[in-house]
This record gives sequence, structure tokens and C-alpha cells, in this order.
Amino acid sequence: MTTVSASTRRQRPRQPWNWSAATGRILTYAALLTWAFICLFPIYWTISTSFKTAVNVTQGDIIPFIGRFQGDWKGWRSLGLSPDTIFEISTVRDEFFRRFANSMIASVGASLLAVLIGAPAAYGLARFRYKFGPWQNKDISFFFLSQLLLPPVVLAMPFLVLYKELALLDNLLGLILVYTLMVLPIVIWITRDQFETIPIELEQAALVDGCTVWGAFFRIVMPIALPGLVAAFILSVVMCWNEYFFAALLTSTNAKTVPVMVASQTGSQGISWWTMAALSTGAIAPLIFIGVFLERYIVKGLTAGAVK
Amino acid sequence: MSHTATFARPSLIPEGRKSAGRALIWVTTVVLLGVLLVQGLDAAGLLGFEFKDWRPSLYAYLVWAVALGTGQVMIRGEAGQKALFLLPALLFTIAMVVFPTVFGLYIAFTDWNLSSFEGQKFNGLDNLRTLIKDPYFWNSLRNMTYYVLSVFVQYALAFGLALLLNADIRARKFFRVAFLLPFMLSPVAVSWMIGKSLMEFRFGPVATLMRHIGWDNPAFFTTPWIARFSIMALDAWVWLPFMIILILAGLQAMPKDIQEAAKVDGASGWASFWNITFPLMLPVSVTTIVLRIIFQLKLADIVINTTSGGPGGATDTVSSFIFREYRDRSNVGYGTMIAEVYLIIIIVFITVLLNLVGRFMRREAA
Repeated sequence: MTTVSASTRRQRPRQPWNWSAATGRILTYAALLTWAFICLFPIYWTISTSFKTAVNVTQGDIIPFIGRFQGDWKGWRSLGLSPDTIFEISTVRDEFFRRFANSMIASVGASLLAVLIGAPAAYGLARFRYKFGPWQNKDISFFFLSQLLLPPVVLAMPFLVLYKELALLDNLLGLILVYTLMVLPIVIWITRDQFETIPIELEQAALVDGCTVWGAFFRIVMPIALPGLVAAFILSVVMCWNEYFFAALLTSTNAKTVPVMVASQTGSQGISWWTMAALSTGAIAPLIFIGVFLERYIVKGLTAGAVK
Repeated sequence: MSHTATFARPSLIPEGRKSAGRALIWVTTVVLLGVLLVQGLDAAGLLGFEFKDWRPSLYAYLVWAVALGTGQVMIRGEAGQKALFLLPALLFTIAMVVFPTVFGLYIAFTDWNLSSFEGQKFNGLDNLRTLIKDPYFWNSLRNMTYYVLSVFVQYALAFGLALLLNADIRARKFFRVAFLLPFMLSPVAVSWMIGKSLMEFRFGPVATLMRHIGWDNPAFFTTPWIARFSIMALDAWVWLPFMIILILAGLQAMPKDIQEAAKVDGASGWASFWNITFPLMLPVSVTTIVLRIIFQLKLADIVINTTSGGPGGATDTVSSFIFREYRDRSNVGYGTMIAEVYLIIIIVFITVLLNLVGRFMRREAA
């Protein structure tokens, strides 16, 4: 969409030099660059701080390789991830990798489960007419979407008690189930929007050829809707990766995730910012990767259904 | 289940298959209820099994759910296959939401502190009475109003930035990714990155910058209003990308010829914005603001990790307040009561908001 509008604009004849237009452009770029700086500086600050020493922190050095700030592996060494410690035994590194793996399993598992049960439901709501007693499609859709309103605090305590009874406390499966519940409305919202754009004639042709409704769904609809499913999946992964509230209440030693580890270190580290910075860098690295390389899907997921 | 079902009229399904399906559902329902009953009686101490946990009931529920789906297909053929699309999500959500909500209502009326040995004890409306007299609750509710109002400031900022991104600029991809990134980062990491390090009183570069500008004592989290504004700034940093993306999508979907026509007619940028762009963007704006308010009502992570509600509760949100009630005081009964009351407030507020918005949009359209 962007590339098209950009190319049509470029075809417009260049206007003669014009002071007010030039000022306008300069101001536009100044504002854009200022905001880009505000967005990126905290990230740069975190990554650079992970290579600082105490004196760099207290003196507030910002630019590396000038004067005092020559870069130091201190922060990464405390995590057991610096070049000289990477092959040694490190309990902190093991701990970090365990939290990282937990976060990975919980967010990918929950997102997969949510797409697995959410996409068919969204398809059903988009295509078929249901009637469960007085409930029709509109009410069922509303029931799913209304889950978005539920603040985590309402469910937190009952879940704590429920999970204790079900032996799911401090258990990754338990976390996956809660996260699935959290992202399911969003997955249904995004994928329903995607299914509604697919012409119904394709499925009708498949049905005439002898496909069942499920066969048509898997063979015809799924491949076309794949971008929407991927968008829903990636957005879910990001949301689950960042989730803190449930993870803090429902997990302790085994299933603790990265945000809980970061939060538990925040208070205790005092001035050793390099450790916190290295830890934060590790926690946000996958997200920056997703943001830079999969931006398209995030935007697609966020704008689905909201903008028509 | 079977391929012939596709073209079969419901009446063509063999009676035997129908009754087998019905039998399957009935048997598993009885099994589920039986397991629940046995476990319930056992938990009450009337039977001697002493189950370790309630897992058997969970498995019984799973078996029942599978049987219900299979039975639907056996009894109703294609209609059953269609129901099968919806059933897993529906059964999952009901199991995960209905029980906790109902159970939460029960907890809300008990005196239950996890750190005391007495266990739970029904205490009627006592929690509600405490709540009405609790200044910290009303304080956190008042803070929520401020936070919700800050959404409108964020909206104005986001609209401006979306307009800039929609302008004829180079390196659009770079700016889009840069503007999106804050939304991707986890609020917990952001709390440290910005709240506890960039804005740190002694060494944080923002504090240093403020000293240079002339604010002698740049303490961002010690006086109530400054702390509140600092939290709002952090929150805006995280959530502006969400609003920018939605508004930008709306701007890009807008017909280009209308704006071009206004330009030809000699309308100034300002006039064409207020007369054309803004009214056309109204539906998108309303969606964006409503969605954003819904998410704002859950604001917690940043507050918990940056200020823990301080100073003196000035930055507390309802969620962070309840979180402390759970975590630090183990006050389960009272915390749940606050949560349930908050849920009711949210539902009423959002219903009224959606009604007002609906009426407003209809008047605009007329």
C-alpha cells in the first residue's frame, strides 16, 4: 500500500523552489528524527550500558570508544555470556537460559494453541450460522471479544487456587493455558477479518467436488488465509513473551519466565547497571528481531478489523 | 467423520449412528458428573480416596469435550461438523473463564489470608464495607481517571506522528520500524531501561539533561504529580506505536482524490485537515481511542516495576494496588473483592462509553 502511494506521488512534477515548502520539509524531518531518536535511544542506552564499567555509569558516558568508555564485558560476564566465561560453568547463565526457554515454550505453545482453536472458530463464525439456544453468531463473537475487557487481576486469584488444586501451579502447561485464554480473543478478531476477505465461491466449488467442510477449510481456505494466521501468531507470541502479571503470580522456581527474572533483579542490583542492562538486552533481543524483520505482520495483525 | 455426510440430508443419517452418538454423549456426561461428585465428596472428607489433586476431573472434562464433539458429528452430520469449528474454542473459554469468575465471586465474600493458618471464612459483605472505606482504593480509581484521560493526549500525539509518516518522506520503512519498536518491548524491561536507569536521579542521562536545562532537582518519582506524569510518559512511550499504526492505516485507506481536490481548491494544510482529514478519520479515531482505553484499564506492569504505586499511592492503578494486596499482604479475599468491583466498574464504564460513541457516530452520519 505504501509503495504504491509513494510511486504515484513521485510522478508529480517537481514544484519550483519554494521557501515555505522547504521549511515544511525540514520541520517534518526534524520531527520524525526527534521521535525516532526518542524511540531508539532507550534501546541504544540499554545495549551500550551492558558494556559499561562503574565509572562509565557514574559519569554518564554515552558514546563508545571516546575517552573513558572503551567497552567492557563486565555486564555479560556476570551473566556468564562474555567471551572469557562462555565456555565455563555458570549458574547465572543456566538460570537465564532456563527462563528464556520457559518464555519461548510458553509464548510459542500458547500462540499455537490459540491459533489452532481460534482460527476454526473464527472461520465458523464468519461462514456458518450457529444457534445455541438464544445465542447466535453475534452473541458468540461478542462473548469471545468481551474476554478482552477482563483485567488479569480478576482471574489471577481464582486461577491461583484452581491451579493449586489441579497441580498446574509453577507449571508451563498451566501458563500456556492462561496465555491462550489471553490471546484467543485477539486471534479470533484477526483471523475472522482475514476469512471474511476470502470469496465464498472457492469453498463452494470445493464442496461440489466432494470435499467436506473441514476438507475445504484445510485445503482451500487455510493456504489463502495464511498471512492472517501468521500475523495473529506473531502478535500473540509478542504479547505472551511480554506478559508479567500472571507469570509473577502463578510461577516460582520451575516455570518462571524472563520478565519475572528481570523484575526480580530490578530492585536488588543497586548500581551494577551493566548486569541489568545485559539482562534487559537479552530479554528484548528476540522482540527487536521480530520488530525489525516481521514488522509487516505486526502491523497487519494490529490493523485487522479495526480499520475498514 | 465420513465423506458421505457432506451430501446427506440429516434424515439420511442412520438411526443406529444417531443413537450411538447420543449414547456416547450421555455416558461421558454421566462419567464427568460422577467424577466431579466423587472428588467433591472426597474433598469434603466423606470418602477415603484422598485424591492428590483435581486432575481426574480435568481429564474427565477433556474426555467429555471430545465425546461431545464426536457425538455432534455422529448425530447431526454436516451440521455437527460445522459445530465442531466452534466447539473447541467455546469449551476452552467457558472452562477457563466461567469457573474462575464464579469461584472469584465466592472468594470475594470470604476472609481469606494466605499467610494466616485459619484458611477461608465466609464474612458476607465485610470486604465490601472495607472497600468503601478504603482510601487507597478510591485513590487508585482516581488515578485511573487520570491515566484514561492521558489517552486523549496520546491520541493527539499519535495523530500528528501518523500524519508525518503518511507525508511524502524518504526512508519511510526505517521510521515505521523505529516508531513500532517501543510497543514490542516488554513493559518490565522498559520499566528498568527508562524508569530505573534513563530517568534515574543520580546518573540517568534524562536527569542530567534536566539539570543542564535548569531543573536543579530532577527527581521523577518522588512528588505525586511529577511521578504521575513520568508514568504517563513511560506508558505513552510503550503504547503510542499502537495508536500510530491504527491511525496510519486509516490515513492510507482514505481516498487520495479528496485531499488532492482540496489542495487544488487552495485550501491550506490546516483547513483541509480540520475540514476533510479529521472528519473522515473519525470512525478510525473512535475505534483507536476505545481500544486504547480498554487496554489502559489494565495498566499495571510499568507501575508495579517502576514505582510500586509510590510515592504514597500517587501512581497506583487499581491493578497494581490489587497486585500488592495479593503479593505483599496475601490478602486473597479482599483483593478479589476489589477485582470484582473493578470488573463491574469497567463493564458499566465501557457499556456507557460504547453507547455514547454509537449515538455520537449516528449523529455525525446524519
